[in-house]
Amino acid sequence: MLYLQLFLSFFKIGLFGFGGGLAIMSLIQMEVEEYGWMSPQEFVDIVAVSQVTPGPIGINCATYVGYTATGSVWGSVLTTTAIVLPSLIIMLSICRAYFWIDKRFHDNPYFTRTLRMLRFTVIGLIAAAALMLVRPETFIDPISWGIFAVVALFTILPEMAKNKMTEVLSHPILLIVLAGVAGYLIYA
Amino acid sequence: MFFQLFWTYLKIGTFTLGGGYAMLPLIQREVVDRKGWIDEEEFLNMIALAQAAPGIIAVNSAIFIGWRIGGWRGVAGAVLGAVLPSFVIILLIAMVFSEWKELPAVEAAFKGIRPAVVALIAAPLVKLARTAMKRPTPVKGGELRNAAPLLISLAAALAIWLGHVNPVWVILITIVCSICSCFFRSLR
Repeated sequence: MLYLQLFLSFFKIGLFGFGGGLAIMSLIQMEVEEYGWMSPQEFVDIVAVSQVTPGPIGINCATYVGYTATGSVWGSVLTTTAIVLPSLIIMLSICRAYFWIDKRFHDNPYFTRTLRMLRFTVIGLIAAAALMLVRPETFIDPISWGIFAVVALFTILPEMAKNKMTEVLSHPILLIVLAGVAGYLIYA
Repeated sequence: MFFQLFWTYLKIGTFTLGGGYAMLPLIQREVVDRKGWIDEEEFLNMIALAQAAPGIIAVNSAIFIGWRIGGWRGVAGAVLGAVLPSFVIILLIAMVFSEWKELPAVEAAFKGIRPAVVALIAAPLVKLARTAMKRPTPVKGGELRNAAPLLISLAAALAIWLGHVNPVWVILITIVCSICSCFFRSLR
């Protein structure tokens, strides 16, 4: 039953995951919350690990959730396959009709407008995901908010001044490692 | 062709930190510049389609390139190569992480990392909103009119966060509404 539910959920995520890694992660989070496969704390830890290891974040997240929810390698195989399957179906259909699609869809208002509106919906989705992670388990004290503010500021630095320096400082891996060191120094 | 594509994607997947977007320039260098399997224009079209379609962008692009270069075998090679490194690395981490987590030093580090992760999800919203607000052709009314669709983001965020509406419904409603609004515009 658990395996069937995992398959359906990750298939759904693959099918409706418009807009890249963050959006897919948000969808995974909503499913995890709904079925209680793990605590929000565990999910945040998974996101952290997914960001600092190589490869697409969506695959990292799916593999990790599959293993943690079932305690078996087969759980990972299942979730990863399920999240890739809709891509296979959709992209192969697109490939087969590529030249047809290229001509008609490029300037088709239905197509471009829907994609544009989806962008705004996805922004709302990611915002909701972030808001749902603001809880006593993740923000244990005022220092947590300090770390949040500093990391958020560093992340949007390239938006204010784009250069090599801000580019390096805003790198998620560097920020996670620094936050980890800060956590060790403060709480250990 | 299976092995060539498998190997190319395996290399890229193993050594790129920072998710699917970070993989795209490396894929371009390997597939367009070095191997000359497809030309640059087709590569750019491919990226546009891989981003527009739902699912993990790196996987979508692997499917497209695999199909263009080697048919079914190409797809199998590219997708396996793109997924396998993440899958194996995450699985190994997931297996040992549940034990590491008991260590006080690791727990302390994660107390610092958790709020940082929330910031890494929330802060990119600034950039996403800016990009989404850009229009291909400038419209009268300027900033205010460009920012109006952010109300969609707000409504989506509130529906998901406070209303506990399943994000899949929000995405479906967006698609239906955009298609309808396009249809009514075409009537006028």
